Amino acid sequence: MRMIFKTSYDADINLFRDREQGFWYMTLLVLSLILPFLLDTFWLGEITNVLIWAIAGMGLMILVGQTGQASLGHAAFLAVGCYANVLLQDPVGLPFILSFPLAGLIAGLAGMLIALPMTRLHGVYLAIGTLAIAILTEDLIVIAEPLTSGVMGLVAPTINIFGLEFDRYGTPGRFYWLVLAIAILMVLAYRNILRTPLGRSFAAIRDSEVSARAMGVNVAWTKAISFGISSTITGLAGALMGHFAGIFNNETFNIIISIQLLLMIVIGGLGSIHGAFFGAIIVALMPQTIAILRDTAGSVFGGGSVAIPGLESAIFGAILILFILFEPMGIYGRWVKIRTYFQLFPFYRRDMFRRQKSYLKTERMR
Amino acid sequence: MDVLQLFVSGLANGCVYGLIALGFVLIYKATEAVNFAQGDFMMLGAFICLGLTNPQFMDLPFWFSVPVAILIMGVFGYLVDMVVLRRMFGQSQVAVIILTIALGFVLRFAAGVIWGHEPISLRTPMAGEYVRFGGLVLGLSEVMVIIVTFLLTLVLYVYFNRTKLGVAMQAASQNQLAAYYMGIPVKRLHSLIWGLAGMVAAVAGILFASKGSIEPSIGLLGIKAFAAAVIGGFGSLPGALLGGIIVGLIEPFASYYIAAGYSQITPYLLLFLILVFRPHGILAQIHSKKV
Repeated sequence: MRMIFKTSYDADINLFRDREQGFWYMTLLVLSLILPFLLDTFWLGEITNVLIWAIAGMGLMILVGQTGQASLGHAAFLAVGCYANVLLQDPVGLPFILSFPLAGLIAGLAGMLIALPMTRLHGVYLAIGTLAIAILTEDLIVIAEPLTSGVMGLVAPTINIFGLEFDRYGTPGRFYWLVLAIAILMVLAYRNILRTPLGRSFAAIRDSEVSARAMGVNVAWTKAISFGISSTITGLAGALMGHFAGIFNNETFNIIISIQLLLMIVIGGLGSIHGAFFGAIIVALMPQTIAILRDTAGSVFGGGSVAIPGLESAIFGAILILFILFEPMGIYGRWVKIRTYFQLFPFYRRDMFRRQKSYLKTERMR
Repeated sequence: MDVLQLFVSGLANGCVYGLIALGFVLIYKATEAVNFAQGDFMMLGAFICLGLTNPQFMDLPFWFSVPVAILIMGVFGYLVDMVVLRRMFGQSQVAVIILTIALGFVLRFAAGVIWGHEPISLRTPMAGEYVRFGGLVLGLSEVMVIIVTFLLTLVLYVYFNRTKLGVAMQAASQNQLAAYYMGIPVKRLHSLIWGLAGMVAAVAGILFASKGSIEPSIGLLGIKAFAAAVIGGFGSLPGALLGGIIVGLIEPFASYYIAAGYSQITPYLLLFLILVFRPHGILAQIHSKKV
């Protein structure tokens, strides 16, 4: 294991811990840049989907992983971002380069507006409140039919930036690079938010609201800001999702998507950017993997490939149960353990990551 | 007369919501965890009873299969806690929420594989029977639902407040460590309460199935029951019933008087307003936050 000898204050906040780490991330960057030349159109589309889900996951991660507020309603912000982006382009006539950030801003404002009355809630109550918002949003899309054309849905136009066309089917490589660029920007923004005083107060609230208040953090306001940032990023992901899907309606952003988003970041590993990406890989690639496995099984055992309804979410649920029981820190947590095992090679102990036993207390009087 | 008819059918619906909400509240009151799979427990209870009763499956008499289904669900709830949730002991509420959501996915899939995705109706001796009160014609099953729900809530309320075991469950929830010091077997109590919640879910499921057909996705009714539990005040047994009845009553009246499309959002709108203005429900149980 390499020890880092810190010679300046910058060493604490540098983007990469050392050159070796920087080298590996740069390799990853180069690999993802040349990906369109290595993969066919189908898999490139799937990877683009993974990236979009990862952006949405990062948005939720700020709220759940960093601030410790569980939200079961983030599909609502996906929907706000998606509809705002397309509506700003079509009837209003703004170009994508303006409508996209504006869509994020609108989703962020919506998130803050919703968060302000809800900051008094925590734990279970917040989860239920956000759940109600997700359900309300789905119905509101149907009610606001003149604007959103209800269950008929809207069609996302081809993205056009200064004459360059970005289309999922027409120019999949370009669309992938656009999504990749936005994903990288989001990762940098996420990293930088964590280094600011704001990011530290997020963590303080996550660990203990009472002590955060004692340290002078304005808990309600900070939670609202966290909600705002989170829904901004989620809204941007929603806008991309709209362009990726091409056509969307109220069903595209139903309550199952909200739940899936939350489950995704838990599988990936709460509180880390890696977690959002690992979770997105699982969620976005699983339908295809199941389909391929089913076809293989069908050809081996001679049976036809019969689609079993609900199989996907059942497998997803089973994976999740196993993770929560045996690896509560998710895929990233497991990766950190494996890495530590090799770094400290003969000295790794099993209890190194064991948490202290805790007991619950209620706030109810009877 | 229209209004009265709406009132009774809404009350019967509300009682089913209330029963599911009771399951939520039971588990929350005793273990401080929230079981998002309660709706799916209800679905499973209904399907087990249906599988025992209906001619295409086991064809047993209805009054025999009801207690058997309730018993099976009780054992199922106990085992779920013993095998899965006991490992989560002391972890955060959110982790338990996520776990039970995933459990719900798995249960829905299992029920779909065993009993299929087509709506099936339970064969009960109550089907097609009517009771007349003056000029009012009520389905016997609706009357049964209302009576059984009120009795069950009363029994559970007395159980929690008057019996030793009930008080021990409350103690285990309020402060686990102190409950251990008092010699309460906290873990076994948790399993017992999950068993009890499973039994309540089975009752809710059978009553729901007696009013109409069922399919695996009725477990999603749990979300509405959840709203009911919060409206009434999470952690209060009469509150759960009250919330369930409010939600049940709002629905038919809203669809009768308000334009379609707007009516279905009223329960959630009410939930949102309650959360904003009275976050701990109508019959609140939390008074002030202590460090």
